[in-house]
Amino acid sequence: MENILLRNNISRLEEYFACGGYKPLKKALGLKPAEIIAEVKRSNLRGRGGAGFPAGLKWSFIPPGPDGQKYLVCNADEGEPGTFKDRELLRANPHALIEGMAIAAYAIGAAHGYIYIRGEFAAEAAHLNAAIAGARAKGFLGKNILGSGFNFELFVHRGAGAYICGEETALLESLEGFKGQPRLKPPFPALKGLFGSPTVINNVETLAAVPSIIDKGGDWYAALGTAKSGGTKLFSVSGPVARPGVYELPLGTAFSELLETHCGGMKPGKKLKAVIPGGSSTPVLTAAEAMALKLDYESLAAAGSMLGSGGVIMIDDSQCMVKLLQVLARFYHHESCGQCTPCREGCGWIEKVLNRLEEGGGTPGDIDLLYSVAEGMTGRTICALADAMAMPVMSFITKFRGEFEAHAAGKVCGK
Amino acid sequence: MPYKLTDEFKEAAARICARYPRRDAALIPLLHELQKSRGFVAEEAMDELAKFLELPYARVKAAVTFYTMFNRAPAGKYHIQVCRNISCHMAGAPDLLGRLRARLSLKEGETTADGLFTLSSVECLGACGSAPVIQVNEEYFEDMTLEKLDALLEEMKHGRLKPPAL
Repeated sequence: MENILLRNNISRLEEYFACGGYKPLKKALGLKPAEIIAEVKRSNLRGRGGAGFPAGLKWSFIPPGPDGQKYLVCNADEGEPGTFKDRELLRANPHALIEGMAIAAYAIGAAHGYIYIRGEFAAEAAHLNAAIAGARAKGFLGKNILGSGFNFELFVHRGAGAYICGEETALLESLEGFKGQPRLKPPFPALKGLFGSPTVINNVETLAAVPSIIDKGGDWYAALGTAKSGGTKLFSVSGPVARPGVYELPLGTAFSELLETHCGGMKPGKKLKAVIPGGSSTPVLTAAEAMALKLDYESLAAAGSMLGSGGVIMIDDSQCMVKLLQVLARFYHHESCGQCTPCREGCGWIEKVLNRLEEGGGTPGDIDLLYSVAEGMTGRTICALADAMAMPVMSFITKFRGEFEAHAAGKVCGK
Repeated sequence: MPYKLTDEFKEAAARICARYPRRDAALIPLLHELQKSRGFVAEEAMDELAKFLELPYARVKAAVTFYTMFNRAPAGKYHIQVCRNISCHMAGAPDLLGRLRARLSLKEGETTADGLFTLSSVECLGACGSAPVIQVNEEYFEDMTLEKLDALLEEMKHGRLKPPAL
């Protein structure tokens, strides 16, 4: 299969243009907004940021018509541990994102768009700004795009170090200059989003897929994936495999193919023990479970986990699961925004209990205590960060209880 | 010491504010600008920025303390940030951190007496495929090893920091 998103020598405007770039924008501007939304619905494109919400449906929630200010926001706040696909995409193919945003903005009637990029990606932000300036100079952005009468201004906005800003309403708060604390929903951003106006927020990878969908059609894109999840997906693979990196594969690809064919298997001497399939928040799978899996939204859900962001973390049998969960708990405790008590306190207590299990001060009751704290956090907060902590806790304990019991009995593994 | 916003800053600020329908949305980009010029955001600078944006001081202070990238005290010329999250952890981040602590005689959050190095550990930098990763100021250094770290430290001691190609 030919890659759609990650292609060689497409980073510069001339190169992108030579490959047919910005022709889909011209085509889209000749269509009615409703026709574009229908095409994206037909493509079965699901949000690539983690939640997998159908993109066309999300766009259709925006009140139609030209009245009033609307916004399009790209979520480039890539921070889910194990995920690094958007960085790769921003470097290799920034114009697919810019073109996808121009098309999406036309479809929803937005005159302004922002790309919220995590603050640490300074080089990628500069690269993106240069690409935007190039697109603007050629009339693909700005006033009266390609003579259509449609205006769209696009700006890059750098965050400043807060995982929570990847949550879409926290991102909006941050973009407005506040602390990134998630908002209560409803109202949903489609009705009351950025600066109080209807807003669509999509991930980088989602928006970058749009030009190809307009070019080749929703049916073509849908046929690349499974019955319910269209297209290709970027998988970020980390851990001790021979070739870690970002792989673009059709949804529904076997996990074993990703590991063995694309990543070249495990490094010599390393044996796969566990897999976190969709970024650090998604429930862990044993190696045997993972090897039997297909990588798509439905298959992962049926296996009790999630495709999430497609951040596949491979864990070998030299790693201690208690230690790795401690690393994750330290992260979620650090990143909890603090506004909901179950999350703020729950993440803190989970980290403390794991610290004592790791350091040899644990008791057998600690394992059930961890589990019950995680259960008590689930579904009781404004956003999903508490669940993002609870899911690893519950799945690590369920799948690897023996390792936790060894620590509760006094095992210390150090580092 | 009173802090004065430079004309250069005010010009950049006017350009940045124009991107948003409300000036206060420019708060975080403007804090980046302030940090760029001094390496940190001083209390007095927060006060001046609040006046400039016609915001309560608390709004500015809240942002500076919420977002981890803003330094509230002068950092070293080279701010070494070691990712400690799961993929980097498995790939040897604790060893990198240990080497830096030992060679610089620092704990996380501290700066060397000569003002050259600040050491921090940070959460996921979003480059897990090339773990372990460290960031020095705004540059990423990937697929790190103890040998590469020693060589990088040597370069920085001589005032050189060659950013890797994008």
